Amino acid sequence: MTKRFWIVFSLLIAVGMVFIGPAAAADQIIKIATQSPLSGDNSAVGVDIKRGAELALEQMSAPLAKMGFKVELAPFDDQANPDAGVANAKRIVSDPAILAVVGHYNSGVQIPSSEVYHTSGLANVSPANTNPKVTTRGYLEVNRIVGRDDVQGVVGADFAAGKKVKSVFVVHDKTAYGQGIAEFFKKRAEEKAMKVLGFEGTEEKANFDSLLSPILAGNPDLVYFGGMYGQAAVLFKQAREKGYMGMFLSDDGFDSTDAVKIGGQTLLDGAGTFYSTVSGPATIYPGTAKFITDFKAKYNASPQPFAAQGYDSMGISLKAIEAAAKAGGNKLPTREAVSKAIRALQDYAGITGKFTFNSIGDPTVAKYFVIQVTSPDPAKWNDNPVVETLDIAPPK
Amino acid sequence: MIPHFFKDIITRLEQGIYPHIIILAHMVLGTALVYTSPRSNLAFLVLITSFFTLYYFKTDRRFKLIVGAVLTLFIFPVVGVRNIFYLEVIFQISVFAALALGLNIVVGFAGLLDLGYVAFYAVGAYLWAFFGSQQFYVLPFAPGTQPSNLPFLLPGDAFYLFMFIAILIAAITGILLGTPVLRLRGDYLAIVTLGFGEVIRVLANNLDKPLNFTNGPQGITPIQRPTMPLAAVDGFNALFGGLVGHDVSPADMYNVMFYLLALGVIIVIVFVTRRLDDSKIGRAWTAIREDETAAIAMGVPLVRMKLAAFAVGASFAGVMGVLLAGSRTFISPESFSFMQSIGVLSMVILGGSGSIPGVILGAATVTILNLQVLQGLSLYLSQLRQSDAVIPIINFAWANLSNQLDPAKYQRLLFGLILILMMIFRPEGLIPSQRRKRELAHDEDDNGK
Amino acid sequence: MKRFLKSINIPELIRPLGQLVFFSLGTTIVLSAIVLVFALILDRTVVGQTLFERLNVSLFTYTLINLPQVAIDGLTIGFVYAAIALGYTMVYGVLEFINFAHSEIFAVGAFVGVEILIALDRFGILAGASLVMAYVYLILAIVGGMLAAGGLAVAVERVAYRPLRHASRLVPLISAIGVSFLLQDAIRLVESLTTGQFNRIFPTFGNFDRRVILGKMALGTTNITLGVSIKSIIVIVSAVLMLVALNYLVNATKVGKAIRAVAQDHPTASLMGIDVNRIISLTFLVGGMLGGAAGVLYALKFTRIDAFVGFFPGLKAFTAAVLGGIGNMTGALLGGIVLGMLETYAGSYMGVFTMGAAGTEYKDIFAFSILILVLIFRPQGLMGANVAQKA
Repeated sequence: MTKRFWIVFSLLIAVGMVFIGPAAAADQIIKIATQSPLSGDNSAVGVDIKRGAELALEQMSAPLAKMGFKVELAPFDDQANPDAGVANAKRIVSDPAILAVVGHYNSGVQIPSSEVYHTSGLANVSPANTNPKVTTRGYLEVNRIVGRDDVQGVVGADFAAGKKVKSVFVVHDKTAYGQGIAEFFKKRAEEKAMKVLGFEGTEEKANFDSLLSPILAGNPDLVYFGGMYGQAAVLFKQAREKGYMGMFLSDDGFDSTDAVKIGGQTLLDGAGTFYSTVSGPATIYPGTAKFITDFKAKYNASPQPFAAQGYDSMGISLKAIEAAAKAGGNKLPTREAVSKAIRALQDYAGITGKFTFNSIGDPTVAKYFVIQVTSPDPAKWNDNPVVETLDIAPPK
Repeated sequence: MIPHFFKDIITRLEQGIYPHIIILAHMVLGTALVYTSPRSNLAFLVLITSFFTLYYFKTDRRFKLIVGAVLTLFIFPVVGVRNIFYLEVIFQISVFAALALGLNIVVGFAGLLDLGYVAFYAVGAYLWAFFGSQQFYVLPFAPGTQPSNLPFLLPGDAFYLFMFIAILIAAITGILLGTPVLRLRGDYLAIVTLGFGEVIRVLANNLDKPLNFTNGPQGITPIQRPTMPLAAVDGFNALFGGLVGHDVSPADMYNVMFYLLALGVIIVIVFVTRRLDDSKIGRAWTAIREDETAAIAMGVPLVRMKLAAFAVGASFAGVMGVLLAGSRTFISPESFSFMQSIGVLSMVILGGSGSIPGVILGAATVTILNLQVLQGLSLYLSQLRQSDAVIPIINFAWANLSNQLDPAKYQRLLFGLILILMMIFRPEGLIPSQRRKRELAHDEDDNGK
Repeated sequence: MKRFLKSINIPELIRPLGQLVFFSLGTTIVLSAIVLVFALILDRTVVGQTLFERLNVSLFTYTLINLPQVAIDGLTIGFVYAAIALGYTMVYGVLEFINFAHSEIFAVGAFVGVEILIALDRFGILAGASLVMAYVYLILAIVGGMLAAGGLAVAVERVAYRPLRHASRLVPLISAIGVSFLLQDAIRLVESLTTGQFNRIFPTFGNFDRRVILGKMALGTTNITLGVSIKSIIVIVSAVLMLVALNYLVNATKVGKAIRAVAQDHPTASLMGIDVNRIISLTFLVGGMLGGAAGVLYALKFTRIDAFVGFFPGLKAFTAAVLGGIGNMTGALLGGIVLGMLETYAGSYMGVFTMGAAGTEYKDIFAFSILILVLIFRPQGLMGANVAQKA
């Protein structure tokens, strides 16, 4: 029995190997890897980071193709798990054709994985990691195109102060992302002399009843949520149904048509719903509208948050590779050259902003928008008006 | 007729000098393949599987030991430094093999289904993450708001000490968690341990206030590593530099070091497990597994034996946790989800619960499937999608294949299938334990009568 | 007609209703008393002072004013748990086996129900529906979810459990865990291949989101409205109907008698001419249908679902079943209500009582701690008889 099984097992492996045998590596192939959670709870966003990057690769690899390179996407699933992320990272750096990584949704995965990129000199453009530690380590290879938690929380609090908010209840989703923003929001709110009635984290995705009773009892002017739309919109809806009439404010994790599908009219009632975001609306970045149309045409679904950032990260990687290749006389550039080329980019015009990176890889000036939800119709999500625009440089 | 023909060949191959030749040939072939095409999955799998040829064919012990030593101490480090992904795969196989061996003691030997096993892994990891980082000085700060220039509490070399402390702490945790629940019946115990696993994860996620012990979801970083003696790097370069082809940096050398540490721990674990299995305790566990009531009647101290199983299993996971924290320099609660517990369980079930070689095989198979085969298939499909290739016969362009069909996305499906199929068709696992084998042979005799 | 009326066992219809009312009231009173005592004790301490500074109201008043709403919320979620718990408990009663995949059967029910409504919505049927039709569509979705979930449960039993019926206890449990994981990704695969979406959202229609205001109470400077939303009422009413119907099926019909017989002893039941396999399939069907209906109700109440939606409600419902005494149907009701209440009370007051050190984030841990405590001190559950362990 064992013997037979052993033989079958070897055969299976052999068959499997035929399938995943090495593709003959021609010199003129350039690969750009993506790493994001394609499976598990975070897969909705992770898959769309990959799709955004895929779309960008299709649309923007023409200059490199003219120079005689074939550009390919190498998508990896980091499973939102540091172990898988690091293993993939090691696999990525061992493939000399890969010149850049667009990646990571979870800062918890990006931080250990980028240690690997760093030791191999491989450039990493992060579409979504907002944890300050991502760049404060000062690696040449690591860049991000999104704002930092310590800024976005502050943007939210300043906006609230401008709206004459006196008391606030802060909720977050117990992820590195949501809690990071919420902590800085709270800190800034206290500095602005707002009364913080409560600070709660919750992994709950459906039943917010017990969280709502202290909120309703305190009846704050503002409820702030640090985290993603999937929880935020449900919380806001339930709060409104229970009679809370104050203002809601959230972060760029709220930027999804699903938010209004969940919340509907409840987001517009009372003092309304706002969210701060780094990705501006179509009116400011004309590319966004085209991106959304193209995305829908290709994948038959509206882009989730960070899909546009995935698109831009890929665009930046491609542009930098192109620049490095040109500088090297149309030859395949080295990884180091690509990393340096990314830092050397000036005012790259993406669909989520104009990007120039500072010495640690943060965008020099990030534009932050505060947007108000004004229509219960999911189709009109992108028409939501900007009520405030802030240009903020990252803290040193 | 034909099966007989094959059978004859196989019997022939199992005798005399043939096994030695097959083993060496497999190993040399694998090494040559990996050496010539350092990025091929196929080549790496040929190399890795030479371990199982080594296990499967009967030769004398000394030969096996020497070949095993050459493989693990010479070939793997050299090949692994040439392509650090391989070293990472081998390291993860080792980590999961150790976890699976630990869980095997609880599930395979004592028959207690533990669905929250990663809790102990988390205990070990957070133990070193706390003492081996600046976290002690971060205690009064909310996550993310601490000043950046805090000192470390302990020197990095305390790592080795903590590998031993972790054994103790994890074992104590095992006893603490076990004491109240071990009187429960098997299926209740499974659910309670699941609950404990979640409790530990939620605690890791939430113990950032009132005092910031774990830094919550942000995780703890940087965690120190033991110092890397420069002599080791230089020595490695002097010995293997020519074979590797480039100078090895201390950063690469850490990969080798953690691999060797994991290997060392596994050897100790296998040794301990085998001694336990053959001891009075091991027989008591078997008795409990087979029939609790009868075991009590025979005077087996039930609770004490169950606790021993829990403590031993937990301690293995604890050590590996410390190792993980050291090698990653970063620990966050995401690594310790229920999914991980099920992953380790499926390794034990796939390989054969109660069987040491089986469990290691299970760990290797699942890890390779997860890291190499599924990811490899996904990459391959994505390449096909970007090419102009067409499936012959049905004339279907790969480019039209749905983007959703991405094997790497469906890891849970894989674990689920492993568990169901193994339970239905081969509950004893790929390599059944010796004791199970004897029992099954016995059953067949009974049926024959 | 008269004979039909006569054949209805009226006491069996009234008894569970009485139990439900009794359990709900009892739990509310006991828990409220405990919370109030805590509030009284803590009122004089720094906890009370902090709250007074913040909201200008004493801790005791705060607790008292919030109580009715907390009780209503707890009751609603408690009934959802009870409906799911019945699925676990029925299967356990008959097979002595934890159907770990029940949580995914619940999820499938939710998905099918929501997909039906989304399809209707796409054709524009929901938007213009009158109130009566809105309820008809809702019932349609619930029935659809029930049928799908029931069918799936029977299929799962046939494929993954029946071959293992004579194996040792842990073997079918491991298989069930496998089914649970497999189904999670299967749902995701199907959803992503057909709709490309990860989240599915219950369409807004009818008057389900409206809230019936029962009263207003002053709390410091603000007013607390006491009310219950129509969807919560729907959840409670449907759950009660299902519980009563199930109770009737098991305790007052011939099929029910067969189920009880099989639960007691398979071989003997089969000697009495009962087709054991059919009864087991039937048990899975009924349990699955209850789970499916609970899934649709869950989606109605909480709006958003995804492929992993079943895991936590499933685990908690299992806890509820154990709490009440697994295998015992009345116990599942009691367990569900008690667990839902406990969780809501703890989540609502813990943050205030501990001054924010341990808030709602420990709500889930609370459920597990209860499970562990019950299993240690009263493994047969609140209502279970002490059954000797079967090997």
